[in-house]
Amino acid sequence: MSPLSRREFIAAGAAAGAGLVIGFYLPHKGPGREETFAPNAYLKIAADGRITVMLTRSEMGQGVSTSLPMILAEELEADWKQISIEQAGASTLYGDQSTGGSASVKSMWDPLRKAGASAREMLISAAAMEWGVPRSMCKAENSTVVYSSSNRRATYGQLAVTAATLPVPVDPPLKKDAKGYKIVGQRVPRLDTLSKVAGTAGFGIDFRLPSMKHAVLARCPVIGGKIAKFDDNESKKISGVSYVGKISDSAIAVVAESVWGAMEGRRALNVTWDEGPNRDLNSAAIYAGLKKSASDKAVTLYTTGDISKAFGRRVDGEYQLPFMAHAPMEPGNSVAHFRGSECEIWSPTQVPQDVRDSVAAAIGLDPDNVKVNITYIGGGFGRRLEHDYAVEAALVSKAINAPVQVLWTREDDMRNSTYRPASYHRLSAMLDGRGWPISFSHRIVMPSINIQKGFPADNGTDAEVKDEASFTYAFPNAVIDYVMTETPVPLGWMRSVNALQAGFASESFLDELAQVGGKDPLELRLHLLEKDENINGWQSARIRGVLQLAAEKAGWGKPLAPGHYQGIATFGSFNSYMAEVVEISMENDQPRIHRVVGAIDCGQVVNPNILEQQIHGAIIFALTNALHAQITIDKGRVVQGNFDDYPPIRMNEAPLVEAYFVESTEAPTGAGEPPVPPLAPALCNAIYAAMKKRIRALPILS
Amino acid sequence: MPEFTLRINGSERKVDVSPDTPLLWVLRDTLQLTGTKFGCGAGLCGACTVHVDGAARRSCSTPVSQVVGKNIITIEGLSANGLHPVQQAWIVEDVPQCGYCQVGQIMQAAALLTKTPQPSDDQITEAMSGNICRCGTYDRIRRAIHRAAGGVR
Repeated sequence: MSPLSRREFIAAGAAAGAGLVIGFYLPHKGPGREETFAPNAYLKIAADGRITVMLTRSEMGQGVSTSLPMILAEELEADWKQISIEQAGASTLYGDQSTGGSASVKSMWDPLRKAGASAREMLISAAAMEWGVPRSMCKAENSTVVYSSSNRRATYGQLAVTAATLPVPVDPPLKKDAKGYKIVGQRVPRLDTLSKVAGTAGFGIDFRLPSMKHAVLARCPVIGGKIAKFDDNESKKISGVSYVGKISDSAIAVVAESVWGAMEGRRALNVTWDEGPNRDLNSAAIYAGLKKSASDKAVTLYTTGDISKAFGRRVDGEYQLPFMAHAPMEPGNSVAHFRGSECEIWSPTQVPQDVRDSVAAAIGLDPDNVKVNITYIGGGFGRRLEHDYAVEAALVSKAINAPVQVLWTREDDMRNSTYRPASYHRLSAMLDGRGWPISFSHRIVMPSINIQKGFPADNGTDAEVKDEASFTYAFPNAVIDYVMTETPVPLGWMRSVNALQAGFASESFLDELAQVGGKDPLELRLHLLEKDENINGWQSARIRGVLQLAAEKAGWGKPLAPGHYQGIATFGSFNSYMAEVVEISMENDQPRIHRVVGAIDCGQVVNPNILEQQIHGAIIFALTNALHAQITIDKGRVVQGNFDDYPPIRMNEAPLVEAYFVESTEAPTGAGEPPVPPLAPALCNAIYAAMKKRIRALPILS
Repeated sequence: MPEFTLRINGSERKVDVSPDTPLLWVLRDTLQLTGTKFGCGAGLCGACTVHVDGAARRSCSTPVSQVVGKNIITIEGLSANGLHPVQQAWIVEDVPQCGYCQVGQIMQAAALLTKTPQPSDDQITEAMSGNICRCGTYDRIRRAIHRAAGGVR
């Protein structure tokens, strides 16, 4: 699996008679390396005209298997009906293949446009050469090249073989005006819909190999605990159970012919656990510890002016958030086939290359001898950034020397996951005599995901917390700082990551400032954004843009139905701007959410159909976080186990969601996560409007 | 182990499993009908929904011994020729995101429309609230059900 050189790569395609195979090359900066040109992805055009785009990101519902080829097809001047995708496995050809950070469209926008444009230029050159006509009089449209003098035409399929012999242009011309776009910006239906509706889409859990076994694992229920001893006599009596064995200090695999057999085998297993140092850990102590740590040394994430010199009416607020679980619908799973000197993995993963490396390390192989295939992912939300399922499958496959699928049950997923960090927030502000804020401080107290996972600190802090938490307004004096705590509770990146905690605290507090200062919450925000300026990397005009769009569409300030109240919030994350207005009524002291209006500015919209899905989905996801999501710890164990005690929003709780986009020709930015952070504060601000009661801790319905 | 004869998607299938085995695992592991999904194992999410004698049923909590002699339909057999109207409506509305729960949603919706061909919004909510979608596709599910019912909204 050594990387092919560029020349070999193209030659391989031509030799295979596949027509045009284009690798495209972008500066790839690796540690300690000069800029090199290495293939990042490629497309194939077959002689019959079929165009295959390699998908170098994972499809987990966010629509990349449609939106990414659209970007390429636009510059290629392709007939969209001829486009299909092929999922790339872990490779050394494509640079970083991780899917996360709402970055797929943003990071692939330029590479895919250049790939499409390179191929287009080569196809035009091929036509001009074959026809012996001036290249400048040939143009590409709808998967054909046309010679304008005679209207002579050839399809891309007809030109592919000749085009494959031509050099790849390094810097092809790109379309300059978005108004001319034919595919980008259109409501193109998703390419993966048919298989998902027919039930044939292959998720990780659906992958099968001949003579594949099924395994479930017994894991220590106490965080950080280990196996003391176990008795597998009863397990082995279960029909179909073929193996019971320890695969790590804290997990025992039960292997059977079927999932049910493995589950029955696990139920019959008798394990004594060494509960270890966290046996007395509980949520109350965790929250108390966070609050106590608020007086510890903090690292400044953002500062302007001097808050110690701002005097006026002081307002203080504090907020608290719990651990949360991703709970994707497809429980964790992976198939591994260990074959002595090599191992092959089929996994619903967002990080195929990390899976390759982790599996290699776990079973003692060179990463070059581990092949990782990516399946459809039944919900990611960050959970598939972990490598645990695949590593377990590889260890079990090695232990039994046969192909095996490891499957997690819902309870396994809820209790052995990595969780959004619990946090505590202390905020303070001064208002001037007219009620306008003149200072703002926000102290975030929270453990760091990255530090817990062993990544190095960046200037004494977690750079992701800084990026995601330091969005602010043009306060004359402001400080956002961070006390980085520690916890034994495993932490993970969950949709919108640290922006959720920071956004909830700061946008709820801003509502408090509006209330104390006697301002309308929208008016207060617009006042703090009135000048066109760059605030900590954010454009005030674009923040105003989403606030005004959401407010206008929601009818902010206009009369509402009797008993209805609105709340508003905005928060920028993953380079995109988002504002939301939530409309509620109160029934038996509980909010009923009628309508959520969301407005996003994420630059050029690639596919409004998919962007709308992402906004709807993120808002419903965020509503679960706000109303219900809470992982609690008792005696060192995660208490919640299934959808009864960790209840996602169902249709009966789902509001009407309306999604609006700011028209923009800026380069595209994230969409999957930015709609998450404003929801909880907008909802809690609506509850304040209704009840004059400030929600200071999530979940609201705890 | 006992042998059961099941009627699945119009065919008789013999399976050799213990009587308490949930229908879900018989479908997925014994018969390789993997369109039906495992979500919670406790009848809480609806990902495993199939039809038993025309009614929506959670196959994860239905022991195989309870469905002998009954007419079991899975997504693979929902429509004898081409796509079922519910599936067609799902395509027009481009409902799925990750897609994992959608087979269960479609089976639930098809059962609803068999019983209630023109459901109101409240009837849709009542019938569909047992099916969880973590991607939050509820708006489009509702639209697709209305579309399949003949009333495009």
